[in-house]
Amino acid sequence: MIHIRRDLAAAACRLPVRPPAGLDDRWRDSAQASGAVDVAYHAFDTPLGRLLAAVTRVGLVRLAFIDHGEDRVLRELSVAVSPRLVELPSRLASIRRELEAYGRGRIRAFDVACDWQLIRGFAEPVLRATGAIAYGEVSTYAAIARAAGVAGAARAAGNALARNPIPIIIPCHRVLRTGGGLGGYAGGLERKRLLLRLEGHELELD
Amino acid sequence: MDEVPFPTLYAAHRAAVYRYLVAAVGPEGAEDCFQETFLAALRAFPRLVDHRNLRAWILTIAHRKAIDHHRDRRRRGSELASATRAARRADTDGVAAIPEPADEALWARVRALPSRQRTALTLRVVGDLSYAAIAAATGTSAEASRQNVHLALVRLRRETDR
Repeated sequence: MIHIRRDLAAAACRLPVRPPAGLDDRWRDSAQASGAVDVAYHAFDTPLGRLLAAVTRVGLVRLAFIDHGEDRVLRELSVAVSPRLVELPSRLASIRRELEAYGRGRIRAFDVACDWQLIRGFAEPVLRATGAIAYGEVSTYAAIARAAGVAGAARAAGNALARNPIPIIIPCHRVLRTGGGLGGYAGGLERKRLLLRLEGHELELD
Repeated sequence: MDEVPFPTLYAAHRAAVYRYLVAAVGPEGAEDCFQETFLAALRAFPRLVDHRNLRAWILTIAHRKAIDHHRDRRRRGSELASATRAARRADTDGVAAIPEPADEALWARVRALPSRQRTALTLRVVGDLSYAAIAAATGTSAEASRQNVHLALVRLRRETDR
């Protein structure tokens, strides 16, 4: 009895520690084919830093700077969108290519369908107005509030922009303070400067 | 917030699930059962409230997939043939995920045990679950689980002595 128990324990220790190569790829294929994935995401490096992009069946629902790890964003997506969340790089391949090209200055606009489900209330007109600012141009918090139909709500517009779930694609970095101050940026002010310089602005700001 | 995102669950438990399945259904069936386990987990995940013991939860699903696999195979036949196929495949493509031949013979004997004994023993020895967790996974009592492990060991030893 003791022997067989010991033999089993020893054999259990010798079972493969590492699953075979390709198992994860085949899991991603099965998950993709099953249709059970509500949110597909991928984390990758770009000239703009490390990003995590997430898509639903509708489109891009979240783009996040993940300088401090992806866990917080994965939790946020699980709670706010769906727990059926799987990393499927192939679903994010074209978005990744576009971000890469944009970061190298090779394209100026994105051909990406967005899912606006994380954008509610006042944030919606604010971010719609922000989406209309062309590459190479900038606007102000006050002007965006006005365009969103609530003149004088510059601070509220700033708060909505700070929570933009799809930065870069919805170009909240193009919104500055009246008078030219940089204002804020969820990805850090250094990154806001980087994006504005990339789009051709000579910055002597802040 | 102690909810665990699905990708974290997958990364943390994929190796344990695979290991469990290699023992429970053999190297040949482990891959399919693995995919089915995580697909079932993905589907059920939104309904899971308690994230404290995800290891027991995912092994419970793996255990059900292993039972299905045994049922299907009994319909289709021959364990020996598939073990041989797996061994041959290991020779040709160098997959490191196959147990050593002597171990595989032992696991084959475990897989030949009556269903309840096999399940309890594998969840205990390979899944490293407590008797309480095995009871929850298999819908019996902790005492019955302990008894099934005991009976399995008695039976395996009797075969060895023979």
